[in-house]
Amino acid sequence: MSGHDSKYFSTTKKGEIPELKEELNSQYKDKRKDAVKKVIAAMTVGKDVSSLFTDVVNCMQTENLELKKLVYLYLINYAKSQPDLAILAVNTFVKDSQDPNPLIRALAVRTMGCIRVDKITEYLCDPLQRCLKDDDPYVRKTAAICVAKLYDINAELVEDRGFLDSLKDLISDNNPMVVANAVAALAEIQENSSGPIFEITTPTLTKLLTALNECTEWGQVFILDALSRYKASDAREAENIVERVTPRLQHANCAVVLSAVKMILQQMELITSTDVVRNLCKKMAPPLVTLLSAEPEIQYVALRNINLIVQRRPTILAHEIKVFFCKYNDPIYVKMEKLEIMIKLASDRNIDQVLLEFKEYATEVDVDFVRKAVRAIGRCAIKLERAAERCISVLLELIKIKVNYVVQEAIIVIKDIFRRYPNTYESIIATLCESLDTLDEPEAKASMIWIIGEYAERIDNADELLESFLESFPEEPPQVQLQLLTATVKLFLKKPTEGPQQMIQVVLNNATVETDNPDLRDRAYIYWRLLSTDPEAAKDVVLAEKPVISDDSNQLDSTLLDELLANIATLSSVYHKPPDAFVTRAKTATQKTEDDDYPDGNETRYSETLSNAANGGASPPSSSSVPHAAARQPAPAPAAPAPAAVPDLLSDLIGLDNNQIVPADQPATSSGPPLPILLPAGSGQGLQISAQLVRQDGQIFYSLLFENNTQITLDGFMIQFNKNSFGLAAAGPLQVPPLAPGASARTLLPMVLFQNTSTGPPNTLLQVAVKNSQQPVWYFNDKILLHVFFTEDGRMERTSFLETWRSLPDSNEVLKEFPGIMVTSAEATLDRLAASNMFFIAKRKHANQDVFYFSAKIPRGIPFLIELTTIIGNPGVKCAIKTPNPEMGPLFFEAIETLLKA
Amino acid sequence: MVSSLLNFFFGFGFQGDPQSQDPVVYDNGVTYMFVQHSNVYLMTATRQNCNAASLLFFLHRVVDVFKHYFEELEEESLRDNFVVVYELLDEIMDFGYPQYTEAKILSEFIKTDAYRMEVTQRPPMAVTNAVSWRSEGINYKKNEVFLDVVESVNILVNSNGQIIRSDVVGALKMRTYLSGMPECKLGLNDRVLLEAQGRVTKGKAIDLEDIKFHQCVRLARFENDRTISFIPPDGSFDLMTYRLSTQVKPLIWVEAQVEKHSRSRVEIMVKARSQYKERSTATNVEIAVPVPTDASSPNIRTSMGSAAYAPENDALMWKIRSFPGGKEYMLRAEFTLPSITDEEATPERKAPIRVKFEIPYFTVSGIQVRYLKIIEKSGYQALPWVRYITMAGEYELRLI
Repeated sequence: MSGHDSKYFSTTKKGEIPELKEELNSQYKDKRKDAVKKVIAAMTVGKDVSSLFTDVVNCMQTENLELKKLVYLYLINYAKSQPDLAILAVNTFVKDSQDPNPLIRALAVRTMGCIRVDKITEYLCDPLQRCLKDDDPYVRKTAAICVAKLYDINAELVEDRGFLDSLKDLISDNNPMVVANAVAALAEIQENSSGPIFEITTPTLTKLLTALNECTEWGQVFILDALSRYKASDAREAENIVERVTPRLQHANCAVVLSAVKMILQQMELITSTDVVRNLCKKMAPPLVTLLSAEPEIQYVALRNINLIVQRRPTILAHEIKVFFCKYNDPIYVKMEKLEIMIKLASDRNIDQVLLEFKEYATEVDVDFVRKAVRAIGRCAIKLERAAERCISVLLELIKIKVNYVVQEAIIVIKDIFRRYPNTYESIIATLCESLDTLDEPEAKASMIWIIGEYAERIDNADELLESFLESFPEEPPQVQLQLLTATVKLFLKKPTEGPQQMIQVVLNNATVETDNPDLRDRAYIYWRLLSTDPEAAKDVVLAEKPVISDDSNQLDSTLLDELLANIATLSSVYHKPPDAFVTRAKTATQKTEDDDYPDGNETRYSETLSNAANGGASPPSSSSVPHAAARQPAPAPAAPAPAAVPDLLSDLIGLDNNQIVPADQPATSSGPPLPILLPAGSGQGLQISAQLVRQDGQIFYSLLFENNTQITLDGFMIQFNKNSFGLAAAGPLQVPPLAPGASARTLLPMVLFQNTSTGPPNTLLQVAVKNSQQPVWYFNDKILLHVFFTEDGRMERTSFLETWRSLPDSNEVLKEFPGIMVTSAEATLDRLAASNMFFIAKRKHANQDVFYFSAKIPRGIPFLIELTTIIGNPGVKCAIKTPNPEMGPLFFEAIETLLKA
Repeated sequence: MVSSLLNFFFGFGFQGDPQSQDPVVYDNGVTYMFVQHSNVYLMTATRQNCNAASLLFFLHRVVDVFKHYFEELEEESLRDNFVVVYELLDEIMDFGYPQYTEAKILSEFIKTDAYRMEVTQRPPMAVTNAVSWRSEGINYKKNEVFLDVVESVNILVNSNGQIIRSDVVGALKMRTYLSGMPECKLGLNDRVLLEAQGRVTKGKAIDLEDIKFHQCVRLARFENDRTISFIPPDGSFDLMTYRLSTQVKPLIWVEAQVEKHSRSRVEIMVKARSQYKERSTATNVEIAVPVPTDASSPNIRTSMGSAAYAPENDALMWKIRSFPGGKEYMLRAEFTLPSITDEEATPERKAPIRVKFEIPYFTVSGIQVRYLKIIEKSGYQALPWVRYITMAGEYELRLI
């Protein structure tokens, strides 16, 4: 059964649109149908065919179902850009919703619900009302979902017209699929509403449990998800519910199984009988294990969920650790998750086998996986006291393989093991010291230095070892510097001889006078003062006994875990974050993502607090990444949408070929620093516009200030951007309220990249057109400053910086001098650059000059490696950059000039 | 939304090898979930906390539906059928809620060009029925059912020769050619059932762990009295799958000794032993032994079957067409290694030995179909044909 539709994608080069227009108006039915197919084909590949709107809509009145579907599809896509013309379609919709053929009736409501144009929505109500009571279940089930669509467009309308009650009536429908869709719609509406809309009562519960046995697999998922919110009144009711749900564990659809697991786990909280609970745990284990034979993507979701389940009910899978052993062909994301669960399930009973596995993984080729495996060994050592020794011997074996990153990772975890079991395994220090020279990662170096300092009295040549690090003290990263400082002080306190005394002088000098790092300086001064006033007190402080660290593999706190378990199978359970932390309502104008490393998973490490811990008296290291419920409230409900105007003329004026004008929707204002005036009142007949591109919370905005100095009220503001080197375009509507004479308004317009990219060498020109209902279109030019694009993830590891630098040919290096710029304070400059996502990597001194290295990254992953050379306090900065895209050089220099001058 | 999808794919979020990319990705308020099938990505995008398991599973179902329609799902077939693709997408999902994914029934009212009728009067009853997988009015002259019991053996042996994982995944694959709305009942030698019925079991009953049923099977009924009763879909489907985690002796044991003389040659000696009863015979046995990527000039001798070097897989492929029980065969191979090696070469991926085979008329579990009763109101007689086969699933033995 193969079609030949691909022919519709081929186009005649010239005059495609007029040609199509002609064909759409052909008197022959077949020709019209082919033309519509061509239009849809063009739409599919992203061409703008909105200008054919009237002609396509004229084909809507047809007996041919296939053709009708295509026209509807076209309408869904373009109605929003042609709201006035879309009204033309309303009559046909209303007529179709009463067609004798249920397929057509359903199609009409389904499509109308997808057209987010107010005028159409008004006409949707009557047909929807009828279809909710249609004789045919196919129409009713479609109408049920349509209510949820309508709620999303206009919640008030749904409530006013009593659709919620009709929807609730459908829960008692005799057709299981209608029931399931009604449940899905109600659940969706509930999620987007603050008031109680869909509360499951005992009679509802009974009805839904009955429907569960009869509806499609997808319907079962809707019902189980909705029912998992039901709170049983007592243990008996909970047991009854569970009994009705457990057969679903045998379903071949993984989603049904996971939703059933969710529901059972919820009810289990109420069940008091330990026998029943034990029995349920026994029943849930095999289905959970079988999920691991599903497709890898499903396995991933299952594993993230199992991770949560074993935290609450460790017994369920206690005997099943083997199924989490990695297979050769598992994708890396599955392997990483399996590893995490293996650590959780590791016990004295199975640790030998688990260690064999970890050891096997540690010799694989994927570096991240290998590191995680090594870390896993360390975590097991900390978790299982009786196995610690075996874990250490495996780590030592791995160190002997001498794969650099394995050695470094092993040293990091061994440091933690020392903290957990003080004075137990120090005999291996000698072996560790052999690898000293190969350490080049800050964390590994810091760990090794901590070990040397901590056990200085047992290492004969501790002073020599530390001294070898001291030579490079100024170049070391802060983490290592702090460790060196503390370790040297420890050494001195333990062996107050001449050598260490000299060392301490050097270190303290380096860490106070020579450094810009306040942390380091403060710590050094405290040590200095302690040592000079009361060495005994210094001993008490620096060499104090440290609290023992503990295993953190059950890292989520109980309330969060509760919430996540209630969300099993959903994204929340995949991210291990509560829904509030990542759900942004579609209608919020300026979505802000608060953290960039956002759901990156599950890394748990306990070594971050190393530097504090080394001081003694510091709190025990705790997991740094307990994902905390970011206290973000759902955005406020949107204001009533303002009527939209027809925006087409602008795009013609600027010569754009697609419609990206978005009508004003709701106001959002903010205040901020003064913006450069781009359209002075003199040129704008009294309208003054100031604007600038800004970056906030990882997103690019166009910050605009409108000042109305005319004598009339201005409204209906719209904005359009011409093609530019970065394809910058508005991501949402321009939100400017009507401006009374003398009034002003400030707005943040979210921007997107790569929409309509101009060709040719990159330049900074951004041409903007703004119009309103009262005045002609105003054009002005703005300048794109590259640093707005610097992404938050532009930080590079030192090693990868070096590698990248080396890997790029010299032809990719560009250089510019700024004789007029002076850096007065390195610290302030670094801070300022960091605030613009230009990240400091390292610093070195070259003759009397300071050389700074930075990294930055712009979207599409284009890195910039930057070298700044200057003499602090003297004018003149030399900037050299290396990047795969050297043609961006001039743009970059403009940006850095602005940043340095600021 | 479309443009931000494209951005995502070609710009910000999506970098590097898709195989190693998490299938759930968050970017700027939107969660993207995707699966890959040949050169096509199927992706969902959402701003809500939706059911991830359901959507990913749905995407795999969409692949099945497209494959049913176009035989192969690839860029070409999507282009060639984009009208039908739009129609299908419209029908199988509404507002992000999966609706209906029974390809067989869908093709009754959404047809490709060649089969298209001018007016379809209404959706098939099955779409909204409780029996959503079967249409009424099916008619066959000869009523037949074919039942294949297929067991896949998964095994993982570590480099010490210890079996660290071993399980059997079984599937009852059915092809039904039955008229009307037949009621079927399947009887297995399931220990729980037989004991409940008070029958004497002569060691023949088996314990099935985690049985999963096709949606046609009445789960509540099975939970009550272990009866497997159902109205089957028309054509082929997997009636049930099950898993056995009781450790089984590896059916084919493979040992390899690899002697690597750095910078000159590598010698490999492989021993393969069949550990099932002599009356069974494995067919199409294929043993893949990994060899170093820089190996060349193979010199291979075998006592049975044929062996060849497959440089594209960095493996030595040893094929034995017929491998009777209780036998042992040998293979020796020698490869030359380059005399110069890259000092900084990354370590090679340590691939395991992988084995494929099929053993007809044999199941590891000993599962037996005791009966398959078919009752239809027209009262026809239908013949069930049952076949058993065991094959290798993920059968991996790690090298030392």
